[in-house]
Amino acid sequence: MPPGRVAATPAEAEVICRDLGGRAVVKAQVYAGGRGKAGGVKLVDSPQEAREFAASLLGGRLVTVQTGPEGAPVRRLLVEEPADVSGEMYLAVTVDRASGGPMFIASASGGVEIEEVAATRPESIINEGVDVAVGFQPFQARRVGRGLGLEGKQLGAAARIMTSIYTLFMEKDLTLVEINPLVVSGDGGLVAVDAKIDLEDDALFRHPELAAMGDPEQESPLEVEASKAGISYVKLGGSVGCLVNGAGLAMATMDLVQGAGRLPANFLDVGGSADEGKVARAVNIMLADPSVKSILVNIFGGILRSDIVARGILAAYGEKGAGVPLMVRMQGTNVEEGREILAGSGLDVAFASTLLEVEEKLKALPR
Amino acid sequence: MSILVNGDSRILVQGVTGREGSFHAARCMEYGANVVAGVTPGRGGSLFNDTVPVFNSVEQAVGETGANVSLLFVPAPFAQDAMLEAAEAGVELIVCIAEGVPVLDTARTLRYLEGRGSRLLGPNCPGLISPGSRCKVGIMPGAIHMSGRVGVVSRSGTLTYEAVSQLTALGLGQSTCVGIGGDPLIGTNFVDVLAMFNDDPETDLVVLIGEIGGSMEQEAAQYIKESFGKPIVSFIAGATAPPGKRMGHAGAIITGADAAAEAKNRALRDAGAAVVPSPALIGATVAEAMSGAS
Repeated sequence: MPPGRVAATPAEAEVICRDLGGRAVVKAQVYAGGRGKAGGVKLVDSPQEAREFAASLLGGRLVTVQTGPEGAPVRRLLVEEPADVSGEMYLAVTVDRASGGPMFIASASGGVEIEEVAATRPESIINEGVDVAVGFQPFQARRVGRGLGLEGKQLGAAARIMTSIYTLFMEKDLTLVEINPLVVSGDGGLVAVDAKIDLEDDALFRHPELAAMGDPEQESPLEVEASKAGISYVKLGGSVGCLVNGAGLAMATMDLVQGAGRLPANFLDVGGSADEGKVARAVNIMLADPSVKSILVNIFGGILRSDIVARGILAAYGEKGAGVPLMVRMQGTNVEEGREILAGSGLDVAFASTLLEVEEKLKALPR
Repeated sequence: MSILVNGDSRILVQGVTGREGSFHAARCMEYGANVVAGVTPGRGGSLFNDTVPVFNSVEQAVGETGANVSLLFVPAPFAQDAMLEAAEAGVELIVCIAEGVPVLDTARTLRYLEGRGSRLLGPNCPGLISPGSRCKVGIMPGAIHMSGRVGVVSRSGTLTYEAVSQLTALGLGQSTCVGIGGDPLIGTNFVDVLAMFNDDPETDLVVLIGEIGGSMEQEAAQYIKESFGKPIVSFIAGATAPPGKRMGHAGAIITGADAAAEAKNRALRDAGAAVVPSPALIGATVAEAMSGAS
């Protein structure tokens, strides 16, 4: 890695740049790739320029192809020595769905998103699968290195980098370690100019030290709130809030909303073992989203009882929900009781029994 | 006939004394499934529901009862151990319900299963049910199913229940409904299940329910084109999902062109599948395909 430090203020960026000899690369630190194209990375030629660029980024939000339209907040910058480079390579290890295990992906055409390389120069992509029973082998590292066009000392250095990132990947239960670009520096060594790792949420129970490093400000407040409640939630652009049990049905419900000429405000899977409190929190999250103009509840209950869902909705709606019409489709256990609870509540509620009916009645909801 | 399970299946439930395990084991038995054993380490020697013997290990349970299917209600952090224990004991079909199994745990488990006689269904799946043989090995509501000639294979849980209830409402019964799971790595994929339905004389048509993420639907389309001899009706969830965001299921994320719903629908349509335009029309599309086929 090139020498450099993290700055949280423009003044710090200026000092670090001066310490590095007056030239530096300044990079926004956010939970997303695609920063270069979005204007979040710049080569600066003076400490003054580092300060000005830092001032323009810090405290703002950076919108990249991976952040969504709301962008990610920029609180820190990495200020580092510019690498004197010849040739940018891509090197990553990830989980390959088709082969069912870890897979190295490498290309001599790095420096851009790998999806772009796959689209424009697919022949330059090297795939090397790993057998988890024995781990990544040195001969595989040499094969990938040769494929990148490396020889001699550089081949040895590349193999050591690959072995290290494989160890990191397995020990920390990661789903991605990506070095992009990996470059040959002026003195012939290899330098990882930029890198990214993806943690696996499902494995964080084994890595409390990683869980503690999370920066909640990098995520949307409603998504953080949902995740605390054990609710799977993704904010989208539309106006129909969707509360569903099960991820597949939740996606299908979004598709149904769009098919009826409306747009979903969110993906929300309340889970199979939800109780009244969890349903209430889910409704609260949607009511806290100013773009939600109506709410569609679609529950296919096996375990989850309709009366519990109805009580959860009522608990959350209270006064806050006034003016947000509700459409409810519940199937399964205690449907009649659930309907009676909502029908007698005085809320503006429409009922549907089938998805066809939901589709029809969606057309009456406000845009 | 049915695929994967039938009236002769001898089912053991790992984690039978836990809250979910005991609830669902009882529902499976009410439906008619032949639950012959339970396993909870440390609780061996007791009885579940006054009738089913509980053992300390899968090895003991298999040795004493001849169980050949295991239904796992073990929490995700312990699922790898439970799956490996079942495979080591020679259980033929291992059904892992747990959501949230670390993907590298699944990778290690799949590697261990290679060359052994065990098949894994899941993780993160609702299980499977064969209404004709009253065999339910999973968490789906039994009452929405009816016996018949439509096979169902799906990456989802509740969306499968939705599809099944549409079928049942139209009088279209099911031969076997298989939930393969919503994780990025799973033990049994679409092609595996389609091949079994292809050979099952009691399945006339198959409903395939996919979703965004990965390229398993494209692999299924390739197989359908080359080797599948029955009508297929398909629905892919997530046409409105934005790229790069995980939609609940660990495997439901659009990364790359193959992962989007549109690419999957195109591949399936090219392979001759009847692609359902709206999730409200799954049953109606099957009814139409059935009448066209006969």
